[in-house]
Amino acid sequence: MIISVCIVLGSLIIIFGIVTFNGASYISIEMVTQTPNPNDALRGGILNSIIGSMLLALPATGLAFLIGLGIALYLQKDFTPSWFSGFIRFTLDVLWGIPSIVYGIFCFTIMLYFGLGGSILAGIFALTLLEIPIITRYIDEAIKMVPKGLKEGAYSLGSTKFETSMKVIRKQAFPGILSGILLGLGRGIGDTASILFTTKATNRIPTSLLDSTDTLPTTIYHSYQLPTGQPKAYAAAFILLVIVLCISILSRILSKKFTKHVIK
Amino acid sequence: MNKRKLRDIIGTKLMLIVTLFVFILFFLIFFLLIFGSISVLEHASIGELLFSSPWNPPKNFGLAPIIIATILVTGIALLIAIPISLMSAIYIAEYAPRRVRQIIRPFIDVLAGVPSIVYGLCAYLFLVPLVDNYIAPWFGVRSTGLCIFTAAVTLAVMVFPIIISLCVESFSAVPLALKEASLSVGATKWETVKKIVFRASAPGILSAILLGFGRAFGETIAVSMVVGGVPSIPESLFSPGKTLASLLPRYGELITIPLEGSALILVALVLFIVVFLFNLLGILLLRKAKKRWSY
Amino acid sequence: MAINSNIHIETKNLNVSYHEHHVLKNVNIKIPTNQITAIIGPSGCGKTTLLKSFNRLLEIADEVKISGEVLVDGKNILECKGYEIPDIRKKMGLLSQKPYPLPMSIYENVAYGLKIHNNVSEDKLDETIEHCLKEAGLWDEVKKRLDDPATRLSVGQQQRLCLARAIAVKPEVLLCDEPTSALDPTAAQQIEKLLLKLKQEYTVVLVTHTLRQAKRLADYVVFIYFGEIVEQGPAKEVFKNPKDPRTKAYMEGDIS
Repeated sequence: MIISVCIVLGSLIIIFGIVTFNGASYISIEMVTQTPNPNDALRGGILNSIIGSMLLALPATGLAFLIGLGIALYLQKDFTPSWFSGFIRFTLDVLWGIPSIVYGIFCFTIMLYFGLGGSILAGIFALTLLEIPIITRYIDEAIKMVPKGLKEGAYSLGSTKFETSMKVIRKQAFPGILSGILLGLGRGIGDTASILFTTKATNRIPTSLLDSTDTLPTTIYHSYQLPTGQPKAYAAAFILLVIVLCISILSRILSKKFTKHVIK
Repeated sequence: MNKRKLRDIIGTKLMLIVTLFVFILFFLIFFLLIFGSISVLEHASIGELLFSSPWNPPKNFGLAPIIIATILVTGIALLIAIPISLMSAIYIAEYAPRRVRQIIRPFIDVLAGVPSIVYGLCAYLFLVPLVDNYIAPWFGVRSTGLCIFTAAVTLAVMVFPIIISLCVESFSAVPLALKEASLSVGATKWETVKKIVFRASAPGILSAILLGFGRAFGETIAVSMVVGGVPSIPESLFSPGKTLASLLPRYGELITIPLEGSALILVALVLFIVVFLFNLLGILLLRKAKKRWSY
Repeated sequence: MAINSNIHIETKNLNVSYHEHHVLKNVNIKIPTNQITAIIGPSGCGKTTLLKSFNRLLEIADEVKISGEVLVDGKNILECKGYEIPDIRKKMGLLSQKPYPLPMSIYENVAYGLKIHNNVSEDKLDETIEHCLKEAGLWDEVKKRLDDPATRLSVGQQQRLCLARAIAVKPEVLLCDEPTSALDPTAAQQIEKLLLKLKQEYTVVLVTHTLRQAKRLADYVVFIYFGEIVEQGPAKEVFKNPKDPRTKAYMEGDIS
């Protein structure tokens, strides 16, 4: 039994080890602040990928948050019949596991229909779809934890249903919601399949929403096999892992804070 | 009309629209996939798609070797992952002292958050040479390391966190009094775990396996990096192959070949449906399991 | 059957703490053989903790500290090694507040303990199970559906099933933790009748928070108040002439 646990933990350690070992050595100021050099693939950096990832994941997370907030607030009992909210929650759970490549193909096809091809816009669209189930679920759970008394108390002061939800609940559930946003962001930064076609790889830093861009995951995917591409791939992987680790730690801290300060 | 009331109504309606919009969108995806598959379905029959070989659009649309490889990869991955995850989960839920549990849980969460590309890269850097130089020769087989086995092991590691965390939840939900009832007739802890805890959390365990299967079946990136690129019937576990999901990353380039785009959409549709069904069953079971202990 | 002596279980300076909370303080009691001993006292005073110390079930929880001695037939069970614990527990049958039938058929529930200890051969198994169910007063109601899942029984029937399950491994002591509090009056009465019958073969330790039940059933009484043993003695004495003012107050319903 303990052997199993060791295998599991061991894999994690191996993953971290490999990425750090291979990646950290390639992290340099140059790597992080320059774009790839078109003439000499061994020089230059992955700045474009880093910026690309941010340009995609941040707006996508923001959008997914707004949409998710709307859905989650709507799911609170006061507004909807319980069979409907149950159905929606259930569907969200099931949709959580849909492979991201499906979203990628979907968005790509729609973009083609509009004659657009790979662009940041398409990528944001795909990532938003991907993140909605995750973020909505977390917001939902966070709001559910707000004790009924608080909500009822707000009603009795004469506010209307909508005002109540917006103010009281949001404050109380804030850490939990933030935690959910972080995890959604982590997914958005790390996912490869959904943005594989919706963004085209390029060496420049993008200038408009319709531009193509590279991202950290796609950089890895496209260059890990070539010896010239490997430094960039490993460096990108290292950065990704660091980001994921930070998000994990942050969201843990937040959920601890959450349970401490929640009024019971 | 009262301004507040107006805002209230608009706000509520807005939320409803957003909610419905999202769900309509997901149905849209489904229908788009169906619509996109029509072309290839007109060209090749289901029988040909399922049972023939090779996969060479636009001439041949035989998915058989790919289906076989997919079954092999997913099956072996689960075969590896399930026992290890179950044992780990039992250790965490029943045997680990509090401090140890507090350390292990975060580790599992982090493992769950690692992007699949990183899994793929690590598998490429670590497992592939391992298989190439040590494991395959040990079995007397020549391999580049890019093979079914490597993909299966990678998938297994990816699936650990899902199965473990769901199982830990199920095990922890078994009421203490039930375990006490078993212990009080003189059963040992292991006997209690084997006969009572497993049995009582069976729906939870099953749902964990189903959801793990969904994850494994749908995993595209990591698998495509290590499974090797050859869509032929694998001769051994150490032969390269292609899984259904691993066909899809080339969608962007291949869409220009007639009918291939449509064929890939069909594959995506199959992926969507299978994963959806398994997740559906898994979540249903999970909900049922959660209701069980309302004695 | 216990060794022929008057005192079956005895504790000496038993102290139990959960998470720094001192639940049992210097408990010294004697439980007589083949009698019903009622442990009474206000809720939350440690009655259940005391009961669970007799079969070493306390240790399952995290951060429990136990010191002192618990002597069963003269032997301190707290000193026993890990592998001996299942045998100690086998000697103590447990009946909980809420019946928890195992997730199996009625037959399997009763057979559970027997199969684990490999006590009984296959052909004798049926006989033994029938005997236990009869002792628990459940045989007639279930004899035609032994393979039904145990969860289909009514609460009262489930409790009797748990009793049959406990008896099956031939314990010496029956530890009952408020066994009738979840039952309706008729079912509760049945259990009480059974306990009165069973005391001839087993030592019964009954935790109860209803004074009336204690008065009905007890031969010996232990009054525990906030973790301390206030008074113990033969039932008639304690009920008629309580020596300690706290016991008096409890009897009269001033504290509960």
